[in-house]
Amino acid sequence: MTKLTPVLSAFWDQKDSFTIQGYKRNGGYQAIAKALAMPADDVIKVVKDSGLRGRGGAGFPTGMKWGFIPQGDNKEHYFVVNADESEPGTCKDTPLLMANPHSLIEGIIIGSYAIRANYAFIYIRGEVAHVIRRVQQAIDEAYKAGYLGKNILGKGFDLELVLHVGAGAYICGEETALLDSLEGFRGQPRLRPPFPAIAGLYARPTVVNNVESVASVPAIIDKGVEWFAAMGTEKSKGFTLYSLSGHVKNPGQFEAPLGITLRELIEMAGGIRNGHKLKFWTPGGSSTPLFTDAHLDTPLDYEGVAAAGSILGTKALQIFDETVCVVRAVLRWTEFYKHESCGKCTPCREGTWWLVQILQDLESGKGEAKDLDKLLDLCDNIAGRSFCALADGAASPIISSIKYFRDEYLEHLKQGGCPFDPAKSTLFDLAETR
Amino acid sequence: MPLTSKDDALIETIIKRYPRSRSAIMPLLHLAQARDGYVTPESIEVIAEKLSLETAEVNAVATFYTQYKRKPVGEYHVGICTNTLCAVMGGDAIFEAIKEHLGVENDEVTGDGKVSVEHIECNAACDYAPVVMVNWEFYDNQTVQSTKDLVDSCRAGKPIPPTRGPNELPTWKANSEVLAGVNDGKANEGVAAGEATLLGLKIAKGQ
Repeated sequence: MTKLTPVLSAFWDQKDSFTIQGYKRNGGYQAIAKALAMPADDVIKVVKDSGLRGRGGAGFPTGMKWGFIPQGDNKEHYFVVNADESEPGTCKDTPLLMANPHSLIEGIIIGSYAIRANYAFIYIRGEVAHVIRRVQQAIDEAYKAGYLGKNILGKGFDLELVLHVGAGAYICGEETALLDSLEGFRGQPRLRPPFPAIAGLYARPTVVNNVESVASVPAIIDKGVEWFAAMGTEKSKGFTLYSLSGHVKNPGQFEAPLGITLRELIEMAGGIRNGHKLKFWTPGGSSTPLFTDAHLDTPLDYEGVAAAGSILGTKALQIFDETVCVVRAVLRWTEFYKHESCGKCTPCREGTWWLVQILQDLESGKGEAKDLDKLLDLCDNIAGRSFCALADGAASPIISSIKYFRDEYLEHLKQGGCPFDPAKSTLFDLAETR
Repeated sequence: MPLTSKDDALIETIIKRYPRSRSAIMPLLHLAQARDGYVTPESIEVIAEKLSLETAEVNAVATFYTQYKRKPVGEYHVGICTNTLCAVMGGDAIFEAIKEHLGVENDEVTGDGKVSVEHIECNAACDYAPVVMVNWEFYDNQTVQSTKDLVDSCRAGKPIPPTRGPNELPTWKANSEVLAGVNDGKANEGVAAGEATLLGLKIAKGQ
């Protein structure tokens, strides 16, 4: 059994874990002293050498991203944190920020110093009021302690940090849409190149990193590259947060070395709920192709999941048992993508509506068998044909569910409706509460 | 009451946080909702003037984001997650039952102006499914009955407190001010982490 490795979550069970006292008592804010005493390029090198990769979905090496920022260009640089956690199933950054916002702030100070930015932003989704309170308080505490503002730790480094609150748009989790939103526009993705490293916020060189990636940096600086790289697998180094939700006995957050398997995690979660068995699951949110019980032993690292035909994504493991209709599940996700499409690119704006219509017909048993091919053809014309990856995400659950559960789609047509009873998948007894 | 000259100092503080003033448009829209409960044409004009923008430019932003409301919501705005995971685990049943219980449809407010209902997308608390948000505070592990009790308590003016949040549920307007960046002094209230958040840590300590 793989041993869990609580680092970010190590002291979340302490009542004041979210305060500066709590963080410092547990070793917090020691890494900035170390980092600010190093040449900025060396800080980038440490993060590069650690092998830390983006925890927000794409898995791009964090240190390399920092290294892309042109230096000596006489332009302002910006460090932006993507805390717009909205990918269905994803629930790691939100509890992290509620319980331990200072790890992010310390990471931001180190990252901003490394890329030579004097202005940083946290773009947080607007639907989490209490998390917003905690992060804002942590920023205020860090200013008071002299970790933000002018001449930090007397090292001549200045940093302003602003919490920017979103307003309910999934698309703003896409980094260029996030930047447009932060500039005060509708959040719509930009065509790349230029990449944010060259022309990001206000057309200046900008790093955009996920919360968990940035929050992992202080521990790497503090404990060293070897310590970090000793965890995980060959190309997927370190620890990460796995979020287990759905039909397991005890859902929750598990901080483990990359490469742990779902079989191990489900065991830790007390198994699938009583009397049921695993049917399908997402490895990293709804935009990552579905897996089935055939993938229980797939190593949950970037390479392992990719080799099995999906994406590690946000490590949002949504577990569905045999009571759940896959067509209903996929229809619901597709409705989500339709609602969240920003409307900029035609294939996504129009295509997601068509997908919903066809899936509605299929779920209610009104469709035809050839609609499955139409769906796949539509997916082929949507995925990869828009500015951003929202359209690719919309196609993922459809393509993968047809691949593994084609017969279940056809069963809807045979029966002229859904063969499943939704009451059986609910966690509470519907008859009792009516 | 729309944004007025009484808000000038706060508006200035918000604008000054940013290297470029236009970036303040989103917090100012949250602030507008803190005053009126929704974004009124009058507030749009104030924001446009403060940021030297056309009202059409502010409207374009306000209409893009679903948290900005174009008509009044209740003092307690109830969001029921019906994205896939919450939906199958009970969110769909909760949403249907609550609409029937309150006699309102999606995006409608009860006659007394107390409670409005909206089906929402994933709110990043899937390990606590089914999830209900009121004024963007967490109500974890809900059932049909617990959500009925919750909305009844809101209508009675004595809302059940959030699972992971402040000791008392703030109103929609009060929380809109928090989203605009105003400190309401409640950050230290409530748990640091819920049970599901701590599950892995608990197991690790026993390993």
